[in-house]
Amino acid sequence: MAITEQDVQASEDAPSVNYLNNGYGLKSWLLTRDHKRIAVLYIISISIFFALGGLFASLVRFELMTPEGDLMSSDTYNKVFSMHGIIMVFFFLVPSIPATIGNFLVPIMVGAKDLAFPRVNLLSWYVYVVAGILGTIAVVGGGVDTGWTFYTPYSSTYSNSNVILAAMAAFMAGFSSILTGLNFVVTIHTMRAPGMTWFRLPLFVWSHYATSLIMLLGTPVIAITLVLLMLERGFGFGFFDPNLGGDPVLFQHLFWFYSHPAVYIMILPSMGVMSEMVAAVARKRVFGYEFVAFSSVAIAILGFLVWGHHMFVSSQSTYAGMVFSIITFLVAVPSAIKVFNWTATLYKGSIIYDTQMFYVYGYLGLFLVGGLTGLFLSSMGLDIHLHDTYFVVAHFHYIMVGGQVMGYMGGMHFWWPKITGKMYPDIWGRVSALLVFLGFNLTFFPQFILGYMGMPRRYHVYPDEFQVLNVASSLGASILALGYVIPGAYLTWSIFKGPKAPDNPWGAKGLEWETTSPPPTFNFEETPLVTEEAYQYGPIEEH
Amino acid sequence: MQTDFPLFPDQASSFAFQVDALYFGILALCVFFALLVVILVVIFAIKYQRKSDDEVPRQIAGHLGLEIFWTAIPAVLALGVFVWATVLYFHLITPPPNAMEMYVVGKQWMWKLQHPEGKKEINELHVPLGESVRLTMTSEDVLHSFYIPAFRVKKDVVPGRYTNLWFKATQVGSYHLFCAEFCGTEHSRMIGTVHVLEPQDYEAWLTGGTANEPMEVAGERLFEQYACHTCHKMDGTGRGPSLSGLFGKTVALEGGGTALVDEAYIRESILNPSAKVMAGYKPIMPTFKGQISEEGIIQLIAYIKSLKAPELTSME
Amino acid sequence: MADHALHHDHPHGLAHQFEDMPQQKESAVIGMWSFLITEILFFGGFFATYLIYRSYYPEAFFEGSSHLDIPLGAFNTMVLIISSLTMAMAVHKSHEGNKKGIMVYLILTGILGLTFLVVKYFEYSAKIEYGLVPGLVWHPQGENSPQLALFYSLYFGMTGMHALHMIIGIGLLIWLFIKTAQGTYTAEYNAPVEIFGLYWHFVDIVWIFLFPLLYLLGTQAGGH
Repeated sequence: MAITEQDVQASEDAPSVNYLNNGYGLKSWLLTRDHKRIAVLYIISISIFFALGGLFASLVRFELMTPEGDLMSSDTYNKVFSMHGIIMVFFFLVPSIPATIGNFLVPIMVGAKDLAFPRVNLLSWYVYVVAGILGTIAVVGGGVDTGWTFYTPYSSTYSNSNVILAAMAAFMAGFSSILTGLNFVVTIHTMRAPGMTWFRLPLFVWSHYATSLIMLLGTPVIAITLVLLMLERGFGFGFFDPNLGGDPVLFQHLFWFYSHPAVYIMILPSMGVMSEMVAAVARKRVFGYEFVAFSSVAIAILGFLVWGHHMFVSSQSTYAGMVFSIITFLVAVPSAIKVFNWTATLYKGSIIYDTQMFYVYGYLGLFLVGGLTGLFLSSMGLDIHLHDTYFVVAHFHYIMVGGQVMGYMGGMHFWWPKITGKMYPDIWGRVSALLVFLGFNLTFFPQFILGYMGMPRRYHVYPDEFQVLNVASSLGASILALGYVIPGAYLTWSIFKGPKAPDNPWGAKGLEWETTSPPPTFNFEETPLVTEEAYQYGPIEEH
Repeated sequence: MQTDFPLFPDQASSFAFQVDALYFGILALCVFFALLVVILVVIFAIKYQRKSDDEVPRQIAGHLGLEIFWTAIPAVLALGVFVWATVLYFHLITPPPNAMEMYVVGKQWMWKLQHPEGKKEINELHVPLGESVRLTMTSEDVLHSFYIPAFRVKKDVVPGRYTNLWFKATQVGSYHLFCAEFCGTEHSRMIGTVHVLEPQDYEAWLTGGTANEPMEVAGERLFEQYACHTCHKMDGTGRGPSLSGLFGKTVALEGGGTALVDEAYIRESILNPSAKVMAGYKPIMPTFKGQISEEGIIQLIAYIKSLKAPELTSME
Repeated sequence: MADHALHHDHPHGLAHQFEDMPQQKESAVIGMWSFLITEILFFGGFFATYLIYRSYYPEAFFEGSSHLDIPLGAFNTMVLIISSLTMAMAVHKSHEGNKKGIMVYLILTGILGLTFLVVKYFEYSAKIEYGLVPGLVWHPQGENSPQLALFYSLYFGMTGMHALHMIIGIGLLIWLFIKTAQGTYTAEYNAPVEIFGLYWHFVDIVWIFLFPLLYLLGTQAGGH
């Protein structure tokens, strides 16, 4: 089990000692403190929740094929969409990139042996698992029907479902992401290898730094909000119940204080993945590195000041609404900066048409639509009409699925050889990226039209005239599902049968490509010394 | 009016056109930027396809001028849209002073609506063409949201407080009324229809059917039933303030401060009387919490609103 | 598992992922500060809720405050301030590597912490006796009873959450004590004592805010 110094020295002759084959027993996985193994544990567990959330999504789309509620009762439907939201947001989207790819790469990219607190890292996975078990109990024990937003007083007083269990699960999942964020912040501050200055860090690390700040500053507020909700439901404390003097709108303020920044927890890491992949696909330094780096931080900061844009019609004060609206418009600017810089990176690049390139292009297209449609919703005059309609549903799916999930899938393909040491068939990667892109657009573009026509979200039955677009959306969803199942199949296949991956299959820059595939337990044979900028494919020309 | 496969909602209120104009304005902006980026990246992909495995392109660090350019342009455009949208918003939330009053109470899972003339409706609302209508809304239980897509209006209906919404219908017809805020099991069936009638048809509808008690009359009955009139005497000699002509005024409060007598203030004074006591009076009024329904409170408010000038109503 | 085998020549207490002791210590301190920032936000949510409702219902909140036992609260404040001092002394002793000194001051800190909890227990019992626990035993009637209940909900929520932090703190303190007794901490390796000190001071500071907000603001209003 334990490797000795002789083993490490011997590995130069036989480079087969890596983090994967360093111990095979269950115990060597469940008690590991290796960030890479914990990342793999996370990949397995969030995949399970992604599948579960996807299953609920398919049920929703099946039901909405017809205007009547013929597949399930309204109660069941409400539980299905609520559990889709809760599972996808708290158990998939928030941890998706940071806890998996981020966990694997942040220490390697900064040139460290591990995260600063390996045991805390393992603890965070266990907390996540316990949260997942609680969530599963809530689902199996009858479900929860409040929507992922848990709005009071419905959730605190009127709902007859497992609100406390679900809230507890979300609370604990949040705790796990606090621990991850804490580990990243400390690691990026103190564990950088010699020569790895802040402005030599890969942009992936910058985006994870920004994400971690949000995790540290935002998550405790959702935690306290859920505590108040549980106290109200469990003990009849009247924090949000108007009959007891409470204010239901206060819950929305507290909830969105976290949950809006949480959107940036979901999108920033995927922007980091994008920066890495754009550079590798074009074999070129990311254009305007500093601007892309600081735009992440700007998004993290501004993201905390826009929560009220979820409440333009909720009876919050008009002037508060104006402030939230204008800051929301401003938060669009750093996202635009990123898109322009990625585009400029491709200019005069050396672009290869591989799986990563398909994901990069798919991401750009979907994130553009998602980001731009945010302009409609931050306009107070338009949001009155669009709030709580399918327009909102389409918008945030373009951001979260078109953005984050595309980033996650793309990143998994990009670093798969590093993580597993195996290559997957590139043609299948391109096919599945294409399917995801087409299926996604067919699923969610019609929902913009539905939303502008006025179809409210969370509707089990709906007027007949909305059916055609809903059927289109459901058809798209089946293509989208295929686009997710196929990678599941060939990636799994590649673990067993795939050809062995070279250390740097894409000819990319970055410390992770300088170590072996898969990396040794402590990431590098010896602590790397960094002497160049990130993405230095050749001599850099200043303007 | 609705085809089988519409792609755009009816424009049936005075500001539907303005909202749609903003929508298409932003849409044009979005299409421009989306096409710009998409066309560029596609051209780049074709033009700069990797020729050989060891090809290394020129490394361009960045360009400050470009960065400033594409930071400033989106920022200016975004602020322009902000101004446009916010001006429109103020128009959407500011009813004209002469608007007709109607009242809405949401409960799981129905809309209860009442006209000042007394006509009550459930899940249906009849409004006259070309008249501004202002709704005062509250909820008996959870959050709801009152949404008429064809009018481009929506407002949350919140328990424990009043919210308002106004519109002016400009096209005769029947339109969807939705609950847009998730409110439990039958949320998607908490829907109704808004009927826009020609003014004369509206009059006929209003007076047709069974005779209705106007809301202010119903409110006056409640006013006596709950013995409000024993303290709130119209001539001001009672233990509570006279309510004549009080609505819409700003009054001084016991312990300092002032309050505008509006729907929310009257509601609070009925349910939580000692919260804001008028200067010169003692906090002796008992609460009526749990005794009067939301609809009853609305009727009382309609009655108090009708008490315009002291000399007209001090006949008793 | 493998860590110590690989790094047996490293200084005592240095975890495998770090290069040297200063890096490890810096990480521990930044980590604890980051954690405390999340704690500030956590309690911040409570404080914000409290302040908002206080502005909604000033009278009921004044009345609620006036039922709290100020002498006991003040006593507890003193207890915690002294415990911060003893904790600071424990940290100081740990810098000297003085095992006995650390143990003495940790015991003192623990006793003071327990004293706080015992006093809190008596305060809670009194509230139960008078029926001032919303949702469980609630006696006040009258018009502003719901608002009063809101005050007590927040009182129990905030002090309860604080007490939970105290209990966790005492648990960690016992663990530290055992580790110290085993001779784990030296003049070179004492980061756990130091960062626990940060945590303990933070919990004390939360109380320094809770005490005036919950106990004292009411008496001021009573003077009007």
